[in-house]
Amino acid sequence: MNNKNSRRILVSGNEAVGEAAIQAGCTFYAGYPITPQNELTAYMSRRMSETGGTFIQAESELAAINMVFGASAAGARAMTSSSSPGISLKQEGISYLVGCKLPAVIVNMMRAGPGLGNITPAQGDYFQATRGGGHGDYRTIVLAPSSVQEAFELQILAFDLADKYRNPVILLGDGTLGQMMEPLTLHPTPYTLHATQKPWAVTGCKEREPNVIRSLFLKEGVLEEHNKKLQKKFAEIEKKEIRYEEKNTEDAEVILVAYGTVSRICQAVMEKARRKGAKVGLIRPITLWPFPYGMINKLADLKKKFLVIEMNYGQMLEDVKLAAEGKSKVKFYGRGGGGIPQEEEIMTELLHFSLS
Amino acid sequence: MKDENNKEKIKSLRNVPMHYCPGCGHTIAHRLICEVIDELDIREKMIGIAPVGCAVIAYDYWNFDVTEAAHGRPPAVATGIKRVEPDKIVFTYQGDGDLASIGTAEIIHCANRGENISVFFINNAIYGMTGGQMAPTTLIGQKTATTLTGRDIKRDGYPLKICELLALLPGAKYIERVALSSAENIRQAKRAMKKAFQTQIENKGFSLVEILSPCPTNWRLSPAEAMKWIDKKMTSYFPLGVVKDD
Ligand SMILES: Cc1ncc(C[n+]2csc(CCOP(=O)(O)OP(=O)(O)O)c2C)c(N)n1
Ligand code: SF4
Ligand SMILES: [Mg+2]
Repeated sequence: MNNKNSRRILVSGNEAVGEAAIQAGCTFYAGYPITPQNELTAYMSRRMSETGGTFIQAESELAAINMVFGASAAGARAMTSSSSPGISLKQEGISYLVGCKLPAVIVNMMRAGPGLGNITPAQGDYFQATRGGGHGDYRTIVLAPSSVQEAFELQILAFDLADKYRNPVILLGDGTLGQMMEPLTLHPTPYTLHATQKPWAVTGCKEREPNVIRSLFLKEGVLEEHNKKLQKKFAEIEKKEIRYEEKNTEDAEVILVAYGTVSRICQAVMEKARRKGAKVGLIRPITLWPFPYGMINKLADLKKKFLVIEMNYGQMLEDVKLAAEGKSKVKFYGRGGGGIPQEEEIMTELLHFSLS
Repeated sequence: MKDENNKEKIKSLRNVPMHYCPGCGHTIAHRLICEVIDELDIREKMIGIAPVGCAVIAYDYWNFDVTEAAHGRPPAVATGIKRVEPDKIVFTYQGDGDLASIGTAEIIHCANRGENISVFFINNAIYGMTGGQMAPTTLIGQKTATTLTGRDIKRDGYPLKICELLALLPGAKYIERVALSSAENIRQAKRAMKKAFQTQIENKGFSLVEILSPCPTNWRLSPAEAMKWIDKKMTSYFPLGVVKDD
């Protein structure tokens, strides 16, 4: 995608995500301060005032997500961002967004929990993000970037997918990604967007019948029909939107499976192991939902072993096990509470697993 | 509830029977709001926000754009809508559980930001929809499903005076308390609703009308007795009139 008009800048992941939102045509941001994503809120405050959009520092994450609900209902590209404890508060709103078929982008720069935990990076919100998170039976698309550049690209994609499927999309990073500085290539041509018409938006009923946005269906059977439609949409997303990166899996005996920043450590481990002659591969899911069950399943048929590495105590692990269907061995190594799996630790696990 | 003359008379109100109990204040309040919208000729600019409470399906009755909102969150949703569509007329319609209990933070901050929206606050001193539990506005001594011997200030605290509370905020520009308890009071309620919309149309900022509203079912009174109960009991604690007009 590089061309001579590209511009390279040095920014944090938080700022890259903010700039991507602006480039994607986001005109509404509401958020409440929480570390480690404060740079994003501050960035949006500056850029929204420069671009004529709306920035609101809300009184809470509850209010922020409901402001986003309103802005989205009125047809705007809208987003909010937070970190783990704040994302818990947003779950009510996310459930309503899905029920009402409203697009929105929610950024979670995860920190360590449970409870207040601390501000160190973690991946403890995988279940919350990929299983719906709030009440009811639903899914949100979950995008997991592993670099500042990818955070930028996926954030733009997040707005497109949200509009395309009329469903909230979660950009799931962690404190490391949010705060680390990396070069970012900005492309001069504005990203072409699915310039989505939103005939369903509430904008005043001039020259049309009134629009109603609702998730409440009281008449017998109507909610079931509504849910069937949602499920059909989720099935379509599962078919069309799976994204992942696959490296050296063909001849691999052991495949590391990791996402986000910890996948970079796994990449380094894989390279080192290969130099020593060990047949190690890497799978990096980019969409955590929909999860790449199918490709992992095919590799399981070939009896390849999977070593899942996470900054938690084994959440994506369950998806890898589901995908492998017991056909090949799956092992886990992870650290939570701010601990980050180190190269040597992963290497040791890898060695033991290869010999097993 | 169905008024056969509705069809031609009130364009903003759909000509369908309402589900409210006989003598319920929601029926009157809906009608008044819709009359005012017609009179101001703003139906095509309206964006209403329905609450969670007995009026949860208000969009089945209102003939203009409406969105639902989670319980208590209409002021935040209204904020999002109005900032995106500043030339449209945005209002929330909320019960006392919705606005004065679960949504207290949202209403205070919405008013404090001076959001240019209008709020119609239905104070019936009860949780209607969930079966008559204590509301933040339940009167001292009032019996409800969760205050069987009456609201006790030691245990339950005091009825919350939303108008007086919000009037302290500079962002709130027009606040009035009205009642649906007599023909004259109903006329005044309508004038207040119109003034609230006008405040918004003139870009002055936040406006709120608190409407003391009968819930005969959960008060266990006849519709006529319920009207009297408002005048006898509610208005001494919740005095009628303009609380703020900047
Ligand atoms: C988060 C949440 N908590 C509780 C409820 C249950 N609930 C529905 S309506 C309501 C109270 C309604 O009372 P009010 O707002 O006074 O409206 P009214 O029915 O009296 O008009 C409650 C508690 C809910 N829907 N959502
Ligand atoms: S329960 Fe009360 S508030 Fe609800 S519809 Fe009946 S009278 Fe109206
Ligand atoms: Mg009530």
